[in-house]
Amino acid sequence: MSGPGAEWDAALAESRFLLQRPTDGGGTTVFPPRAFAPGTGAELEWFEASGLGTVYSATWIQRKPPEPPYNVVLVDLAEGARMMGCVEGVTPETLHIGMAVKARIVGGETPKIVFDPVEQAHG
Amino acid sequence: MGDVFPRGRVSVAGASTFGVGEMPGHSTIEMAGKAVQLALADAQIGLPEVDGLFIALPDDLFAGLSLAQYLGLHPRFTDNNRAGGASFMSHLVTACMMLDAGYLDCAVIAYGANQRSSGGKLSTPARPDRWDAPYNPMYPLSFYALAAARHMHQYGTSREELASVAVAARLWANTNPEAFAKGPLTVEDVIASRLISSPIRARDCCLVTDGAAALVLTRTDRAKDGPQPLVPVLGAAAATWYNSVTQADDITVTAAAESGPRAMAMAGLTLGQIDTVQLYDAFTINTILFLEDLGFCPKGEGGPFVASGAISPGGSLPVNTNGGGLSCCHPGMYGMFAMVEAVRQMRGTAANQIAGAKTALAHGNGGTLSAQASVIFGNAETV
Repeated sequence: MSGPGAEWDAALAESRFLLQRPTDGGGTTVFPPRAFAPGTGAELEWFEASGLGTVYSATWIQRKPPEPPYNVVLVDLAEGARMMGCVEGVTPETLHIGMAVKARIVGGETPKIVFDPVEQAHG
Repeated sequence: MGDVFPRGRVSVAGASTFGVGEMPGHSTIEMAGKAVQLALADAQIGLPEVDGLFIALPDDLFAGLSLAQYLGLHPRFTDNNRAGGASFMSHLVTACMMLDAGYLDCAVIAYGANQRSSGGKLSTPARPDRWDAPYNPMYPLSFYALAAARHMHQYGTSREELASVAVAARLWANTNPEAFAKGPLTVEDVIASRLISSPIRARDCCLVTDGAAALVLTRTDRAKDGPQPLVPVLGAAAATWYNSVTQADDITVTAAAESGPRAMAMAGLTLGQIDTVQLYDAFTINTILFLEDLGFCPKGEGGPFVASGAISPGGSLPVNTNGGGLSCCHPGMYGMFAMVEAVRQMRGTAANQIAGAKTALAHGNGGTLSAQASVIFGNAETV
């Protein structure tokens, strides 16, 4: 029997992005995975994340030219948890705090979650 | 109950720094050992009288054991708490309680690091956790960058305001013989320095130096008879909210908002009664965050507060009067140096002495804005 981290890994390997929530319906979404709800000790259950989120903060890490900078972001997931990530297909000019993003699972043997900008409807 | 502290009943009997700046050819334990020797000499206390050892070293997970061996002591207790740069303030909490309870009679808190001479880069065994690591953040720099970027977004804090923190630190350092980085530094210089992890630039970052420091603590009744001016500990509190700051509810609010008020309540003081603040400025954003969280200005107004000159020489709230981690020294876990500068201010012997200072707040930060610890020191008039 695996711990919650390994269970999360196994799901990701099957292209599923899981989060946790208390089984009693109260409290907030949990990430990174736990054996019980942090702060309360409540039982947790897995559920599939929508993958939708909003950029909470962002930094561009500089590299020696000609290597371009790469970004590291914090994403507030629609279900309530926060995770580190990166946004693909953006530049320092276009990536901004508050940007709507959606998760995508990339990589083969060691999959990871990256985020893409979500086209905003023009209002 | 909770937060019962022996206000004023434990004092700093000895304090030292060693090898601040560059001290090639020394291991970390040799650095720390030398600082202990100097602090004991400062207190005129013999080595055999030390019965409690508190230490964190960058490269030794069993540093408490190593220090006992190096000093040739059989201490009653060792503490190797590793709350990053806040470790030493946490050590002080434990030491004060144990001294007041009579479990210990003479405690030493020590630190030494040789990161400048041993490689010139920040030396830390800490790494991003497995949830953050896949995105290759610079550790710890990018975590502070994320806090700074959010602070700028949320409150309109400007690049110039961040830079003014580094300028204030340099102004203090320029008149401190012990400080490593001296010379003119302008807001424009900081903003023109190399971008590392936006918005943090090279001159927003603390130094990479060697350095060691130590404190000797005894009960106040004994310290009163010692050779140095009395520096009682009036309050001390540690607060830990997470390890990775990615897990903060609000990345612009640190656990200093808890440790500061708790320590102040123990001391029975209000913020207006604090004469000088020595805080862990690993990056320019730190000074802004901690001044806000400790309560010296409202949340979100730290940028204008520091840019006003309030924390600079001649300002209303002297902050990091030694030049701080930005311009005095930063061997990797700066907390000890904040406490030693606070002690010097209380003794009246600081290079940039604040006339009439009776109280000092020393604040440590560990991890990625994770562990926060605040200590209030006083002088003989405060007990």
